[in-house]
Amino acid sequence: MKKILAAIACAALVAACSTTPTDEGAAVESRTPGTGATGQAVPGGGVTGTPIGGGAVDPLKDPSSPLAKRSVYFDFDSDAIRAEFKPLLDAHAKYLRETAAAKTLLQGHADERGSREYNLALGQRRADAVRRYLVFAGAPESRIEAVSLGEEKPVCTEKTEECYARNRRVDILYQGEF
Amino acid sequence: MLHVLRALALALVLAAGPAAAQLSIEITGGGANQIPIAVVPFAGEGALAQPLTDVIDADLRASGRFRTLYTGPQNLNEASPIDFATWRGRNADALVVGGVYPLPNGRYEVRFRLYDVPKQVSLGGLALAMSPQQARATAHRIADFVYEKLTGDRGVFSTRIAYVVKSGPRYELQIADADGQNPQAALVSREPIISPAWSPDGNRIAYVSFENKKPVVYVHNLATGQRQAVANFKGSNSAPAWSPDGRLLAVVLSRDGGTQIFVMNADGSGVRRLMSTSAIDTEPQFSPDGQFVYFTSDRGGSPQIYRVPAAGGDAQRVTFEGTYNVSPRLSPDGRQLAFIRRDGGRFQLAVMDLATRQTQVVGEGPRDESPSFAPNGKTLIHATETNGRGFLATTSSDGRVKQRLSVPAADVREPAWGPFPPAN
Repeated sequence: MKKILAAIACAALVAACSTTPTDEGAAVESRTPGTGATGQAVPGGGVTGTPIGGGAVDPLKDPSSPLAKRSVYFDFDSDAIRAEFKPLLDAHAKYLRETAAAKTLLQGHADERGSREYNLALGQRRADAVRRYLVFAGAPESRIEAVSLGEEKPVCTEKTEECYARNRRVDILYQGEF
Repeated sequence: MLHVLRALALALVLAAGPAAAQLSIEITGGGANQIPIAVVPFAGEGALAQPLTDVIDADLRASGRFRTLYTGPQNLNEASPIDFATWRGRNADALVVGGVYPLPNGRYEVRFRLYDVPKQVSLGGLALAMSPQQARATAHRIADFVYEKLTGDRGVFSTRIAYVVKSGPRYELQIADADGQNPQAALVSREPIISPAWSPDGNRIAYVSFENKKPVVYVHNLATGQRQAVANFKGSNSAPAWSPDGRLLAVVLSRDGGTQIFVMNADGSGVRRLMSTSAIDTEPQFSPDGQFVYFTSDRGGSPQIYRVPAAGGDAQRVTFEGTYNVSPRLSPDGRQLAFIRRDGGRFQLAVMDLATRQTQVVGEGPRDESPSFAPNGKTLIHATETNGRGFLATTSSDGRVKQRLSVPAADVREPAWGPFPPAN
């Protein structure tokens, strides 16, 4: 009995892991940041993504796919898309263009310094920048929503420049993940 | 028998203890020209769970405008003749005496009188009926009476504050008395809550909740607990601010791109854009006369405070010094502007006299946030932080008297001071 339970737990873990791809060690899925501020959501379903297309591996969860990378990072006080993230965004734009059922939520973030509402606006500016890039690259605007979580969901809580840099990001979530 | 009674009393206190963690208060500064006052224990107040005069004494002391003198029991009540020479000898400028008298059906009548000792005259008093559960509220009313008679300003001891407590993954929007007692959770969530704003009548609070994985503005009725999403458009919805008549809400929406200020009816209908810019415009606040909306914008290259006519029109810049001035809040008389200024990496609470443009830094930093004026304009509350833990600080608007309010093992942030209670 114990073995069966362990196997179930393990399977659940693997499933959970496959929905939380990481980039530079930062948890992408906003349910597992360092603050523990998320944990169980009040409303809404679980973390598991909906497989798209039968049988085949979901490209959103395939670690070898660029679509598994879900975070774009920004310089201080900037919403400019850095060149290193353009191939990643191109891949997401192509996926959105080719997958009629796909909808994405872009969650912008800011580091913790300063006013919460102003930081919400800075995160929005970053999410809007990613939205514009995706639309420019051919993704349908109607299936993209750009929002901001401001400084409220840091992936890193130390007061260091390195940590602030990891919090200045946009996370790309697909339906079933938010 | 006494032991049994004590045990019972303790059990009752525990049973009646607040569900939410208590704010604890520490006074860290002292004002000049404090009025020395003696609050004599009221005759018969031993019948209550807590002596009224302890609460009155603490209120007056915490305001920073009084120095309270310990008197011990005096066998005096509101009808006793007063030996003014003795009280002058004790350096008391003011004296409060009173009594607590049982009424039928478990209620009490509280009567008190305030004296001006040097002038040897009564400044009046009140008779108040209360249930035992209303003892603290009654004491706050008495402190309000004393404060107003002696300072000329209305007291805020009967007001409430709203704030957000984060403990682990749990966020609570709490409402407490202005002295931090009696906290109650209006909303508990696993997702962040920010920017609470009281309606002018004190019956509702608008706030931003992230429970749907994005910021949505709600209006929450405190008496019924019912709430309504009043701004839930595509994109982000945030920064609610009430008009002085309670009919309108200014909100910040990204639905049309960017971060822009809109005005709508308090039920969410009639949304209209206040300005059209390509900059960030956020943190709107109506002036107390309803004529202007103050806000934060980076239209000039760095975040600064501006104001625009509430009906729309040209915006004027209000702050000029420094490269980061945010979170504008107007004093109730409209003469002062509190805001957060960044100076050399420190975020500090500052207050500007709008007529002279003189600015005084009154917060200690380094991470001051979210100022809010008490309804009498004499005190500000704001959020700040030490060693990574958030707490609330109050400061008199001249910066002299400071208090800190904290909750053990939790972050406290986003304070909003409620309005005066309705007159009764």
